[in-house]
Amino acid sequence: MHEVGIMQSALDAIRDQAEKHHATRVTRIVLRIGALAGVDLEALRFAYEALSPGTVAQDAALEIEAVPARAHCVGCDREFGVERGFIFKCPTCGEYSGDIRTGRELGIARLEFP
Amino acid sequence: MSNPTPALPEAEPGFRINALTGAATHASRTLSAPLSAEIAAALSASPKGEVAVRSFDVNIPLLEKNDILAERNRGYFLGRGLAALNLVSSPGAGKTTLLERTLDEFGRQTKCAVLVGDLETDNDGQRLSRPHAPVAQITTGTVCHLDAGMIARAAQSINLDGVRILFIENVGNLVCPASFDLGEQVRVVLLSTTEGEDKPLKYPPIFKSANLVLLTKVDVADVLGFKRDVAVENIRRIAPQAKIIQLSARTGEGLPEWYAFLRGLGDRP
Repeated sequence: MHEVGIMQSALDAIRDQAEKHHATRVTRIVLRIGALAGVDLEALRFAYEALSPGTVAQDAALEIEAVPARAHCVGCDREFGVERGFIFKCPTCGEYSGDIRTGRELGIARLEFP
Repeated sequence: MSNPTPALPEAEPGFRINALTGAATHASRTLSAPLSAEIAAALSASPKGEVAVRSFDVNIPLLEKNDILAERNRGYFLGRGLAALNLVSSPGAGKTTLLERTLDEFGRQTKCAVLVGDLETDNDGQRLSRPHAPVAQITTGTVCHLDAGMIARAAQSINLDGVRILFIENVGNLVCPASFDLGEQVRVVLLSTTEGEDKPLKYPPIFKSANLVLLTKVDVADVLGFKRDVAVENIRRIAPQAKIIQLSARTGEGLPEWYAFLRGLGDRP
């Protein structure tokens, strides 16, 4: 529900990075977003379409690298993937885990300038 | 600043030719026509069919304005040596009743303060008003949750001298408050026995983020046919990290455990 705010933060950071690298445009933006980040990817793309015109990012290709959720089982000392939902149950021993290892990522992974 | 700040990693040497064709894990918008044409022209003009692109792994975390303000609040609370608890539940789960009794009992030994949010009225602020505990009422109008900015302003409006525990009673809502960090140290989710045992399964994000789950109104559980063990199992499935306390603010059952939990927070240096 705050995809617009997140995209605004991204565009601000991209503008700063472009300035730092003396670039006037950006060709590619790669965002890394975890399955548990609470971000709707369609809404994020929509926010990009709405907010990017007039910025250094207006002509760029937007790519989203989705990071799946993985949790750690204390009993088995191993990581396991979580397909969907919020119940993290170890496939080996059946214990529930609250130790989330990946899936909360929310950031800009990579930028390319011409 | 005597130490130079570390520079971001520089561009990898060499050229990349995948500006237009790089693998994406998701469908992406294509380049706009002018830029695409420009790169295509550059590609065809290059003898090797390559085009120079400067590529950077930047790894910049994205924080929204609320997250930045929440971090500021967290630092402010830590600096004052107080523990902030964000109490979240459906409307009517018993947040205010629990806080009333907590202020009357626990609050006599350990100085507490309350920030309470509702859409309208200062009824809860009035109910919680005690000479020994500062209270601020936040009315949000139509907003369905408290945010970190509201907390920063409300915290400035009361005298926090000597306060060890700051209760933040959120707007009654199990959905939106999950997404708004207030800078709290502990997120407390209340589930009352007048609700369904499966609420943790129906509203998982808020329970997933809980440090402590309070099962409230347990004195009437049997009358209501509420199965405590089923509720506890459902909480455990979603939030195995959360401590669970079963209590009744009316009969006092479970309150010693709740106060012991608060004491543990207040005792921290």
